[in-house]
Amino acid sequence: MSKELIRLANVSMAYDGEVVLNNINLYINDSEFLTLLGPSGCGKTTTLRIIGGFARPTSGDVLFDGVRINDVPPHKRQVNTVFQRYALFPHLDVYENIAFGLRIRKLEEEEIARRVGEMLRLVGMSGFEERKVDKLSGGQMQRIAIARALVNQPKVLLLDEPLGALDLRLRKDMQNELKRIQQQMGITFIYVTHDQEEALTMSDTIVVMDKGEIQQIGKPEDIYNEPKNAYVADFIGESNILDGIMIRDRLVEFFGRRFPCVDFGFETNEPVDVVIRPEDVDIVPADSGHLCGTVTNVTFKGVHYDIIVDFHGFKWLIQTTDFQPVGAQIGIRLNPEDIHIMKKSKYSGMFGDYSSYSAEYDEIGDAEMAEELEEEQE
Amino acid sequence: MRKASKVFTVLVFCFLYLPMLVLAVASFNRGNDPVVFKGFTLSNYAALFRDSVLLPLLLNSVIVALISSLMATVLGTAATLGIQRMRPGLRRFTMALTNIPLTNPEIVTGVSLALLFAFVGQAMKLKSIMGFWTLLIAHVTFNLPYVILSVQPKLLQMDENLTEAALDLGCTPFRAFWKVTLPEILPGIISGILMSFAMSLDDFVISYFVYGPNFVTLPVEIYNYTKKPLHPKIYALFTLLFLAILVVMTVMNLLQARDSAKQRGSRLNRQRKRANIVSGGN
Repeated sequence: MSKELIRLANVSMAYDGEVVLNNINLYINDSEFLTLLGPSGCGKTTTLRIIGGFARPTSGDVLFDGVRINDVPPHKRQVNTVFQRYALFPHLDVYENIAFGLRIRKLEEEEIARRVGEMLRLVGMSGFEERKVDKLSGGQMQRIAIARALVNQPKVLLLDEPLGALDLRLRKDMQNELKRIQQQMGITFIYVTHDQEEALTMSDTIVVMDKGEIQQIGKPEDIYNEPKNAYVADFIGESNILDGIMIRDRLVEFFGRRFPCVDFGFETNEPVDVVIRPEDVDIVPADSGHLCGTVTNVTFKGVHYDIIVDFHGFKWLIQTTDFQPVGAQIGIRLNPEDIHIMKKSKYSGMFGDYSSYSAEYDEIGDAEMAEELEEEQE
Repeated sequence: MRKASKVFTVLVFCFLYLPMLVLAVASFNRGNDPVVFKGFTLSNYAALFRDSVLLPLLLNSVIVALISSLMATVLGTAATLGIQRMRPGLRRFTMALTNIPLTNPEIVTGVSLALLFAFVGQAMKLKSIMGFWTLLIAHVTFNLPYVILSVQPKLLQMDENLTEAALDLGCTPFRAFWKVTLPEILPGIISGILMSFAMSLDDFVISYFVYGPNFVTLPVEIYNYTKKPLHPKIYALFTLLFLAILVVMTVMNLLQARDSAKQRGSRLNRQRKRANIVSGGN
């Protein structure tokens, strides 16, 4: 495919002895949309700042087009950044904000006008040239911030939670917009977010991070369908994660029952984590199922119902379009491809149990998130 | 209760401004006795502007005030930027050091500066070191905290990403300061200049300890006048000085008022954004 543009090799970062990034290895291809995904404090913003030149790794190398750029200051890098809170210059109007980088490079006035106009069209903000930036809405500021970065024709655009402060509707629109802009410009986007849905929607490649380490790198489908460990399975979408034993290739045992599956490459009788996505479970009458349980909780979610089903004390989340009343006895069937097997990890047993289920899922409160983001900046 | 506090407010302002008013009226008095008003005249002002002693001293005061406030502003702004980048502990310590001259009695600052200068003069084997330079250094010294205190809040309010955005768009660190940081903190810098100009112009206590016979400022000279009966032209001078300071302070307050109105606006914006985050969900 396309060639490699950026590589982080054994990059580690520590502030005052506290490890923020631990041995990150990552390469980013030309014209790729790559997302760094993880909760606040996972090191994703720090990784972005290292690529942008605002932070210098404690150890390891940052390569750009094969050249080591650890010591290259930000103003000499061919990357531009869209900052979390836009960071538009309040004393300049929209036109001058976008023209800022071009004026620094001392381009001809005509060239500047042409490129600023082009960018304003690209982000759908023509006619706003003379507007003061504090008279713009959040979504408009976002567009100007993107235009201000892209007008410099960077090889890579870094975006630090750019949609974090927008409301839900606007966020969805901007997701499509960003994807369109990326494809139209044909440049690399490195995108930081804590929103798994955003990552799945936009990315070519997702890098899932936690506690300063990369947990998994892959295409959105692979990350969702083949999570490497309990952490990834839980962070991306919803998952029921059970203890199981791999009897042999393509045969797993849990709840005292053996199920055929499609995974292989494990030791005989190796203890494993079994992932079952809530939407993959088929509900059947109680007597014809592989397993039989009692519905303890029902939540209407619009497209489907979230129901919590108690199987011998272990509670599962199941998503179904057919209403099941609380107290109903139901059976479930699992097809081999509905079962995903993962090796045991340090995250085993920490996720995937819905015994303390609340209708809010385990979504991290966004308000709390926003505050943590500020701390992460430190 | 309300009424009482209003009455007190009026009384306080009377105490503060009645003397000034008496002075201003006296400056237009035809007679020599300030207690008896003998008719309106501008002759005191005319006499003031013909005075060959006072006017050069006024010029001295303005020169010292101008240079010292400019120097203090440059140094103070640089210091504020530096303080901002210190570790939190060191930053608190430095700010405490900065604030001491503000709370310190002026006379202590004056005496200690005089001692220091005498010491240095001795070391340099000079007969008398006191003069323009000692005055200037002293004024810069006591002006510095005012500048730092007025620039620092501006710098704290500034989105730290702004500087990074400028670097990101190709500015060298120096250029980023010039093109982005400076316009942002300019209101603080201007009020720092105005404040220190005013402080410097009317300083007597510290100046009294560090002036030399070759370079005297107006407040110091006026102090010598108070030992003998005052000529009414001095009243005229006081009135003008008072007006000058009044103008400077009014300009400063207007600047601050405009600025805080702007801030209220952006705070509202931020709150609205926060509300969006909370209601947005994902």
